[in-house]
Amino acid sequence: MTQRRRTRQSLLMIFAAPLAIAVLTGVALIAALTGDGWRDALSWFGLAVPILTIAWAMRTRLT
Amino acid sequence: MSSSSIRAWYLVHKWTSLVCTLFLLMLCVTGLPLIFSDEIDRMSGGNLQFGMPGVGSSGNARGLLPLDTMMAKALATRPGEVPLFMAFDNDQPSMTVTTGLRPDSPGSEMTTQVFDRSTGRVLGKERAGGVMHFLLKLHTDMFLGLAGMLFLGAMGLLFTAALVSGTVLYAPFMRKLAFGTLRTSRSTRLKWLDHHNLFGIVALAWMAVVGVTGAINTLEKPINKLWQRNELAAMTRDYAGKAALPPSRYGSLDTAMAEARKALPGNNPQFIGFPGGSFSSKHHYAVFFQGDTPLTQRLLTPALIDAETSAFTTARSMPWYNKALSLSRPLHFGDYGGLPLKILWAVLDLFTMTVLTTGVYLWIGKRRTSSTAHVREVETGGLVEPTA
Repeated sequence: MTQRRRTRQSLLMIFAAPLAIAVLTGVALIAALTGDGWRDALSWFGLAVPILTIAWAMRTRLT
Repeated sequence: MSSSSIRAWYLVHKWTSLVCTLFLLMLCVTGLPLIFSDEIDRMSGGNLQFGMPGVGSSGNARGLLPLDTMMAKALATRPGEVPLFMAFDNDQPSMTVTTGLRPDSPGSEMTTQVFDRSTGRVLGKERAGGVMHFLLKLHTDMFLGLAGMLFLGAMGLLFTAALVSGTVLYAPFMRKLAFGTLRTSRSTRLKWLDHHNLFGIVALAWMAVVGVTGAINTLEKPINKLWQRNELAAMTRDYAGKAALPPSRYGSLDTAMAEARKALPGNNPQFIGFPGGSFSSKHHYAVFFQGDTPLTQRLLTPALIDAETSAFTTARSMPWYNKALSLSRPLHFGDYGGLPLKILWAVLDLFTMTVLTTGVYLWIGKRRTSSTAHVREVETGGLVEPTA
């Protein structure tokens, strides 16, 4: 896939993925503070997202 | 975004980063093992055998020994010393008793013994030496006391400014690039520039939270001083002007604890601050209770008990600045969601190191080039490399 886009992206497009990751991180950090059990699991999932994103980029976005 | 505002943000990013990067790298390196300090302590301490495993020393379950008994045992091994702190555990019957020569002995002159409250046996002494202690001191104040702490707090704030300016620069840089782009085959500089941006943007929220809470943690001493001077002074106004209560006249801890529990039923204590220390007045046992829900567990409410008469004086929840400090601790340490959370914390710490080292590389390679050339690099998504 092409990495370079012909059109300029809007701010919303540029920050869509980063914003989603940041929100998930925030939810994750707070979830585990509010209790154990599924809240811990939610926090593990949320904080795994940034790490999985890097893994995804290294597999599919390397050029 | 105009070239002149890109230039301004570029300069903010460059200078805030340059000042804090070396210290941040030190914090990341020392912080990595500190994430696992509980696990490391447990491994090096061997398997502790408790008389009543799983029964928290903070409760009042049948079979737990009286607090007065525990204190007598602690003082018996430290003749001439006075009690400073007694701290409890919610999960095991282990507890600690801290003693020192004077009621206001500084931390360096304190001795902390670990006990099993169900058997009365000494489990060990908290050692001040060791690699982990060295790393912790380096991480918190670089062996420079309060000045070192506040300095690292300032580095944390600069780091936060670097994160903000870096995020602003991310927008013009990514204008024509897809999220996640890693161009590794064109040039080394472009490769590390893309890594710097991607690792930085995915770990942004985590780095911001750990950075800001770390900076708040460096204010621990001023915050406690403030609490003691304002809140505590107001709570113990009736005692103002009275001479300090000598340790020989301290009354029963168990009676005091019973009175405190009556005032705050349903909650368990985290620790007791003794008279004359930095967590109490000169006349009170300050019993710090945890909240009764997971969220409020870290928000403490001190109940003040007259240390001589065991009469309840007052209880008041901590002010907002102490609450901010209490919530900053877990959010900085990552110790509140089991081992998986700690492992994620460690990986994100490594990501932060990646951002820092690639940042240094990007700066060293082109440090003599004009800021106009750097602005051009940002505007073109890295395609136009800065040249001298």
